Amino acid sequence: MSAIRPGYARPLDLRNGCVDMSHGAGGRAMAQLIEELFVQAFDNEWLRQMNDQARFAVLSGRMVMSTDSHVVSPLFFPGGDIGSLSVHGTINDVVMSGARPLYLAAGFVLEEGFPLADLKRIVTSMAGAAQEAGVAVITGDTKVVERGKGDGVFITTTGVGMVPPGVDISGDRARPGDRVLVSGTLGDHGVAIMSFRENLTFATSIRSDSAALHGLVAAMLQAVPGIRCLRDPTRGGLATTLNEFAQQSGAGIRIAEAAIPVQAEVRAACELLGLDPLYVANEGKLVAVCAPQDAERLLAAMRAHPLGRDAAEIGEVIADAQQFVQMQTAFGGTRIVDWLAGEQLPRIC
Amino acid sequence: MKYMDEYRNATLARALARRIAQEAQAPRRYRLMEFCGGHTHAISRNGITELLPDNVDMIHGPGCPVCVLPVGRIDNAIELATRQPLTLCTYADTLRVPASRRTSLMQAKARGADIRMVYSVTDALRLAQENPARETVFFAIGFETTAPSTALAIRTAERLRLANFSVFCNHVLTPAAMAEILGAPQSCGADGGGIDGVVGPGHVSCIIGSKPYEAVAEQYRRPLVIAGFEPLDLMQTVLMLLRQINQNRHQVENEYTRAVTREGNARAQSLMAEVFELRDFFEWRGLGEIAHSAYRVRPRYGRFDAERRFGIAYRPAPDNKACKCGAILRGAKQPRECKVFGTACTPESPLGACMVSSEGACAAHYSYGRFRQMKMDRLSA
Repeated sequence: MSAIRPGYARPLDLRNGCVDMSHGAGGRAMAQLIEELFVQAFDNEWLRQMNDQARFAVLSGRMVMSTDSHVVSPLFFPGGDIGSLSVHGTINDVVMSGARPLYLAAGFVLEEGFPLADLKRIVTSMAGAAQEAGVAVITGDTKVVERGKGDGVFITTTGVGMVPPGVDISGDRARPGDRVLVSGTLGDHGVAIMSFRENLTFATSIRSDSAALHGLVAAMLQAVPGIRCLRDPTRGGLATTLNEFAQQSGAGIRIAEAAIPVQAEVRAACELLGLDPLYVANEGKLVAVCAPQDAERLLAAMRAHPLGRDAAEIGEVIADAQQFVQMQTAFGGTRIVDWLAGEQLPRIC
Repeated sequence: MKYMDEYRNATLARALARRIAQEAQAPRRYRLMEFCGGHTHAISRNGITELLPDNVDMIHGPGCPVCVLPVGRIDNAIELATRQPLTLCTYADTLRVPASRRTSLMQAKARGADIRMVYSVTDALRLAQENPARETVFFAIGFETTAPSTALAIRTAERLRLANFSVFCNHVLTPAAMAEILGAPQSCGADGGGIDGVVGPGHVSCIIGSKPYEAVAEQYRRPLVIAGFEPLDLMQTVLMLLRQINQNRHQVENEYTRAVTREGNARAQSLMAEVFELRDFFEWRGLGEIAHSAYRVRPRYGRFDAERRFGIAYRPAPDNKACKCGAILRGAKQPRECKVFGTACTPESPLGACMVSSEGACAAHYSYGRFRQMKMDRLSA
């Protein structure tokens, strides 16, 4: 005679199992996936309440909120994976306002047949990234789509944070004379992803720069509370961010190619692939604009932080009704650095 | 990677610029055509025109493979991919080339045709091997640079006895097009100056050598200097061309000696000769039909020829009426002289093929050159 154990379910087979349609159907299988994987990994007081929403207290002041969907392929790449990337990406979007990041929400779209072992790896990596940034994943959602209707895993994360009083950072605040700084070498993430892709395999030591920039931004704000613009140059790279600043602020920007930090390996890979590092994505870098008198102090603060070690001043904001971003080439000529036009690049963030 | 900065040295560039300025004798104008899209890109990206005297004009030539592909050929490819159950593989830039009735391969892909972007023909070959039950067609475009790899793929397919792989061959040949441009009376600017000298292709010449240009230079009495793709290569080439022009010489010279010989790559040449034969005529976008200017697959390899295999019939299709692609590819007009340049025709929504690839004359001018133009406009205003 069997001794019935009420509510017993065989533990998830995290080694050989895979996602099936029941994991998104709202029944026991879904509850089990959430409890044994997500709640375990992200464990915090809000998740433990097992409600459909998280309730948290807010201080008075200005909040920021940002959301970002991640569809990177491959899911695991040198220097990171879709899990850590989905945490870093949203935290960075929040902190580019000068805010301190507080909470994250995560939505997963899983493809039927996706190995649970890979899912565990991704969730563990997310949890690690969130913990490192001091941010809690307090609510989430899981859906499963039929085989062939997704690409393994898509993750959408939403973040909220608080902006300290006195900080006013926005892409429309650049003024002629202001200085433009970058926090480090450009193009690492995009090239790492592309070099790892199935049909572009060539040996390289380049790793993604995926990182959460809350600490760097905090250090920068401490040195210069009046930073005018901050943005992380992800898709479209530095060129896109500068064009956005120019357009939002109604000014031109002039940069010097020789001052822009790019790793030798990244430059070589870009040569080989016919890419321009100025347009290649980054996931752990930022572009800052500040008043000329603050530039030196800001640069020193950036360089003192591990994630800003290779920071550099690369140019200045100029008066230009055409709102061009122009560049003095290393070769001695001048050209414009235009918006990216429909480049055929693989999905990278 | 070594030897990247050596050919981009700004100090050497300034010294070369001074020598070019000494050589360029005002008031005469020097109109130089860089045939190759790779050179157009290098000139724009490094801001080289700014280092040249005002009386030296660089004219962007037709050497961008997607720019010279006629609309009818893209229509053929779209029809093939939508009417037949097959996988069509192509290089990325081809996807965006506007075809008839506001379509493109990218549009066809969005509507469900199985069109894949590949980085080389070997990717297409691998797809065919991995999916033996599925027809795989490689949409082959490009000059003599990419033709040898297509030839090799066809030979490999034969060796592997692949029954599901074929090539829609659109490879075109450089010397024939160059002769056409230098010989055509339309290849003159508004001032009737014509083209004074040619910056010769670098990569194409690695394959075919410098010899095939000798007859062209002799017949049309124009100097040609084969150039590398680094900015210093191009500056040096301009200097060499100016010297020839000033001395009334019209020889083929080779600046790119680290890669190009007079004879070229014999193995690649014999591979192409084995697999391909010359077409009597081939239509070039903007230039019209040019005799003996393209390859097709030899009958011996007929089963790998998509044109035979699927009975592709070529039908010429007119370009958009507003486009001045033809005049621009010949160097008779500047991109700015086209009414739709930067208005209806932009890199985001190209009307003409020159706006599609970053190597296209119009796209390069739009992305890199219009700043210089505006500065000049403002000065003259």
